[in-house]
Amino acid sequence: MSEPAANLETLVAEAVGAASAASSSALNDDSAVAVNSQLNRPLYQSRIKVQPKLVHGTFRRIKWLVMALTLSIYYVTPFIRWNRGPGMPDQAVLLDFPARRFYFFFLEIWPQEFYYVTGLLILAALGLFLATSVAGRVWCGYTCPQTVWTDLFVFVERLFEGDRSARIRLDKEGWSLSKLARKAGKHVVWLLIAILTGGAWVFYFADAPTLATQMVTFSAPITAYIFVGLFTATTYTLGGIAREQVCIYMCPWPRIQGAMFDEESLLVSYKDDRGEKRGPHKKGSSWEGRGDCIDCGQCVAACPMGIDIRDGMQLECIQCALCIDACDEIMDKVGRPRGLIGYDTLNNRERRKAGEPLRFRIIRPRTIVYAVALLVVSAAMLIALANRQTLQLNVLRDRNPLFVTLSDGSIRNGYGIKIINKDTAAHVFHVAIQGPEGASLAGISAEEANPTEVEIGPDALKNVRFYVSLPKDRLSALDGGLAKLSFVVTDETGRRTVSETTFRGPAQ
Amino acid sequence: MSTQKHKDEVSGVETTGHEWDGIKELNNPLPKWWIYTFYVCILWSIAYWVVFPAWPYFTSGGWKHTAGSFGYTQRGEVSAELEKVAEGRAVFLKQIDAMPIEDIAKNDSLMEVALAGGKATFADNCAPCHGSGAAGGNGFPNLNDDDWLWGGKLADIQTTVTHGIRWEADADTRQNMMPRFLDDQMLTREQINDAAEYVLSLSNKADDAEAAKRGAAVFEANCTSCHGADAKGNQELGAPNLTDAIWLYGGDKATIVTTVSHGRGGVMPAWGTRLSGSTIKELALYVHSLGGGK
Repeated sequence: MSEPAANLETLVAEAVGAASAASSSALNDDSAVAVNSQLNRPLYQSRIKVQPKLVHGTFRRIKWLVMALTLSIYYVTPFIRWNRGPGMPDQAVLLDFPARRFYFFFLEIWPQEFYYVTGLLILAALGLFLATSVAGRVWCGYTCPQTVWTDLFVFVERLFEGDRSARIRLDKEGWSLSKLARKAGKHVVWLLIAILTGGAWVFYFADAPTLATQMVTFSAPITAYIFVGLFTATTYTLGGIAREQVCIYMCPWPRIQGAMFDEESLLVSYKDDRGEKRGPHKKGSSWEGRGDCIDCGQCVAACPMGIDIRDGMQLECIQCALCIDACDEIMDKVGRPRGLIGYDTLNNRERRKAGEPLRFRIIRPRTIVYAVALLVVSAAMLIALANRQTLQLNVLRDRNPLFVTLSDGSIRNGYGIKIINKDTAAHVFHVAIQGPEGASLAGISAEEANPTEVEIGPDALKNVRFYVSLPKDRLSALDGGLAKLSFVVTDETGRRTVSETTFRGPAQ
Repeated sequence: MSTQKHKDEVSGVETTGHEWDGIKELNNPLPKWWIYTFYVCILWSIAYWVVFPAWPYFTSGGWKHTAGSFGYTQRGEVSAELEKVAEGRAVFLKQIDAMPIEDIAKNDSLMEVALAGGKATFADNCAPCHGSGAAGGNGFPNLNDDDWLWGGKLADIQTTVTHGIRWEADADTRQNMMPRFLDDQMLTREQINDAAEYVLSLSNKADDAEAAKRGAAVFEANCTSCHGADAKGNQELGAPNLTDAIWLYGGDKATIVTTVSHGRGGVMPAWGTRLSGSTIKELALYVHSLGGGK
């Protein structure tokens, strides 16, 4: 053990001692130590477990709601059905790797249309930038899976081991049957949650009800079990064990977010201008000449990141706003106005100091730029989606040989054409050409009754070969051995697509 | 080296006793996980020697190696994989084998297999003479066009591929002969010149109408038995059509004179002894699909 760790242990011991000494006070203070603050975390310090205390209030309620909502979306989505017609999967959201399709409600994306997904990711990134510039790390604090699952895991921990002080006590005492039962119970439930998390993930990649039955009867593909195992392990490790370390050490977002804040961003902050000078306060004594912070440590005790919000803005803070609830509870008890810790901007801090009225400038150049970018990308995506072609045509002219001379002296070119029918019904496609006068189209088999009619099933593509011939007396239409030629494909519903290519013959 | 154990004062770690210019080497042991992984690797390698081919040894017959209890060889793995592929293809190959070639052409899914197989076989066996795009060359027919020496129907192509052309080892090979009219003193140089002019006149390329007129008589007497009175050839005999735009050896006067003077006799191997029946069917279907099939 290095020196600072020993120091910290004494610190914690002192704090706990102080807590028991102060237990008679009205606040039932458990003087918390911010184990992850810069001061208490030297470079070679091993991690000290953060034991967040349960708080009650507006933001805790919002967080429960967001947790319920996001978890529901995650677990329920694969089971939503969406009718796409016969022979097509009826799962609303499905990443079908074997068939190489991505289904998202009314959308069906082929691999070559992956730019839609890119667009979606760009939208998500811009949305994140906008939200961050308006209200700081709201993504981190409320909706990030790491936050949601950690919150869920802490909730389970609280069920088995009690709240913060009970947990600290339990960890300190020796092993007993009761301790073993509590710890085992917690880990079993954690594992169950982890298995369900991994289990839900694989449902996005196969028909969910079918796979669910297969999973239970142990007849699912081995890949499914491998991925469930993988996600079980990561959920258990990241949500149960690693927790805040993921945000502090693994995640790049805390490093990037600094570029998105400015002086007008709403950030969870301690209003030091109002709170200082802090210190314990005896009931009934005057508030004159001191700040509102009574140094009760509740904000630290509630913090899932193990920091002290009063140290100011710091990388470790995910701005979950739980310290706001913790502080508001105390302010109510001591009879001071709420909001000593709250959503505040850097400029408002200055304005308060200068005695100016507070301003909340949500609309400012930075947010306008992000919002406009968001709108532009959304519009581009909508336009692209509205104009999405359900019939596509690729034409590849034979290059070996470039052209063939037939016995009557006419010139023939070969073409491989690929017709893609993205519609959910089968269609008969008529193939025609537009090119030099006299050019004729033929399929590979002369016996076929209608070689220019091609039937293609729903959501399928077909490769067909065609030959175009130009009679000897029409070869003058070639310019330097070259003429323009277009393939035109139409179906009975009136869909039409054209692909340009060339016709080659001997250069005269 | 000192025999006494010595501890470094700053770190409290034992030293190895090695010292260079006052710098002492600390004796920090390797991490436990590393050591145990190392031990496991040693055990693993011993098990590996037993179950996999590992140790070479010398016998009177030369170098050998221990076979290993699993009996694993890379060669064996490859042949097992090839067997698996062959098993997968067997379903289609059996059908192709059993079905008449004209029926395969009407079956879409079999055609897909046959064309892919035919293309690969063509690249391996036929491309050296006929070219990778089957466009042929001087003396090697272009298989894309609609001019066929021995017939362009599926069955004709299948027969040609199976038995070859002028392939002596095959009794059923396609056989004919363009006589050496000059070498065997059947015609004079003048007669050959006239005949060549006549042949050119069939495609309106003659320079000398007089000579062409004289050549018509020469042609009548010597060539019509194979090439026909109308010079359109005869696929039964493998006699080329002399009126069309396609020439195997060239359609200019000098080449025609050479052909008539010295004869021609290109050879195509019989593939029946080298390729299986189903492979030849695939090949015929592929060649037929190149655009000239009848």
